Amino acid sequence: MIANVLRAGLILAATLALAACAAVETATTVATTVSEQAGVISPEQGKAIRTGTAAVSKSLEDFTPEQEYFIGRAVAAAVLSKYPAYASTPVNQYVNTLGQTLAAASDKPEIFAGYHFLVLDSDDINAFATPGGHIFVTRGLIRCCTTEDALASVLAHEIGHVRLRHGMQSIEKARITEALTVLAREGATTFGSREVAQLTQTFSGAISDIANTMIGRGYSRAFEYEADEASVTLTRHVGYNPGGLIDMLTVMDKKLKPGGPDFAKTHPSPRDRMNEIRSRGGVFPQAATPKERQDRFLKAVGRI
Amino acid sequence: MIRTGLSILCFAMMCILFSHIPAQAQETLSIQVKKGELRATPSFLGKIVARVAYGDRVDVTEKRGAWRKVSPRGGNLQGWIHASALTAKRVLLRAGQAGVRTGATRDELALAGKGFSEEVEASYRKENGKLDYTWINRMETFEVTPDQMRNFLVQGGVSLPREGDRP
Repeated sequence: MIANVLRAGLILAATLALAACAAVETATTVATTVSEQAGVISPEQGKAIRTGTAAVSKSLEDFTPEQEYFIGRAVAAAVLSKYPAYASTPVNQYVNTLGQTLAAASDKPEIFAGYHFLVLDSDDINAFATPGGHIFVTRGLIRCCTTEDALASVLAHEIGHVRLRHGMQSIEKARITEALTVLAREGATTFGSREVAQLTQTFSGAISDIANTMIGRGYSRAFEYEADEASVTLTRHVGYNPGGLIDMLTVMDKKLKPGGPDFAKTHPSPRDRMNEIRSRGGVFPQAATPKERQDRFLKAVGRI
Repeated sequence: MIRTGLSILCFAMMCILFSHIPAQAQETLSIQVKKGELRATPSFLGKIVARVAYGDRVDVTEKRGAWRKVSPRGGNLQGWIHASALTAKRVLLRAGQAGVRTGATRDELALAGKGFSEEVEASYRKENGKLDYTWINRMETFEVTPDQMRNFLVQGGVSLPREGDRP
C-alpha cells in the first residue's frame, strides 16, 4: 500500500515537472488523470478537480476580442440613450484624427475594430470609453480644453481606460463565470434558441454592470488616476505638452457644477486629480503651443 | 577512452538541453482584429500593402520593436503589423466548417462569430427596442488614412514614436 502511494506520488511529481512549462490547467488535468490511473484518487475526485480548475481559470482573458467588441457596441448604445450625438462632420473628423493618431502611439494600438471617437451634444462635462474602443466626449468637456494638447490629454485618458480594460473589469465575477460556462458548452453546431436566450440574458447583465459603473457611479479613484497617468505618458510620447491635462483640469475645476450628473459625480475632483498627478512626479514646464497646432484646434472646436 | 565517453556525455546533455528548441523556430500566429493591415514599413504611417482577416494564420519572419513582419499562410505576400493585432491562440472558424472541434481550449479563442456575437446583439436589440445603433455604426466608419495621419502630425509638430522602436 505504502509502496503504491509512493509510486503514484512519484508519477505525479514527474508529470508535474514535465508539464511545468504548460498551462496550469493542462498540467493539473494531466496530473489528475495519471493519479486516477494509479488509483490514488477516484475518477469522481478526478472529475471534480478538473471541473474546479476549469472554473477558476475562467477569467476576462477568456473573452475574445470579438466578444469585447460586441459588449462595447451595447455599452455605446447605453451612452447614446443618455446623450445624443453631435452631428458635425468637421468636429468629429478632427477628434478622430487626433484620437486615432494618439491610439496608434499607445501600447495597444490594435483592438478588434479599432478606436472610434464621437462628440456628444451636451453641456455636461462627461466622457466614456467602451471595451470595444468607442470613445465619447461631450461638448461640455471639449470646452474645458483651451489647446489641442489639453484635448489630446482627454482622449488619451479615455484610450487608457480601454487599454487597461477598466470597463471589462466592472463586470461582476459571477457573471463572467456564467457567460463563459454557457460559451464552453457550445457544440460543433450553431447555438440553439435556448442558449441564445441564456447568452442574451448574461450579455444584458454584463452591459448593465459596465453602464452602471461607467455612467452611473464612476470607476474607482484608482482607475481614474491610472488613466490620468496613462494620459500623461501617451501625450508626452507623441510630443504634446503633457501638462495639457493639468490645464484642462484647472478649467474643469471652475466649470464643474457640484451635484451634477457628470464628472462631478463619477470622477475624483479636478483638484484631487491634479494633486495625484503631481504626487506621481508630474511636473510640467510651461510649453507654448505651436501656432499652426493652435490655429487648427480653434478652427475645429473653438466655437463648440 | 574516458575523453570519448565524456564527449558523448556532453553531446547527449546538449541534445537534451536544446531538444525543445526546434531548429529555426518558425513562429505562426493568428490575426485577432476584424480587419488587419500589412504595411510596407513597421509604422502606422507605412503604406498598406495587403489586408488580412480575423483568424488568418501568419508566419513571423522578422521582429522590430513591437512590430512583426509576417507572411500569411499559403501566400507570397509580406508586410508589417503591430504585435497587438496578433495572438498565439488559434481562432477557431465558424462552427460547421471542416476540422472545427467542439468548444475551445485555453490555447484557442472561441469560435469566431459565436458567443457574444451578432446573433446575441440581434436578440439583445429585440429585447431593448429603444436602443439606437445608427450612430454606433456611423462612428465605426470614421477612418484616418496613413496620409491624413502623416499630415496631421507634421502640421501639429508632433510625431509617432520612431518606427518599430517602441514596445
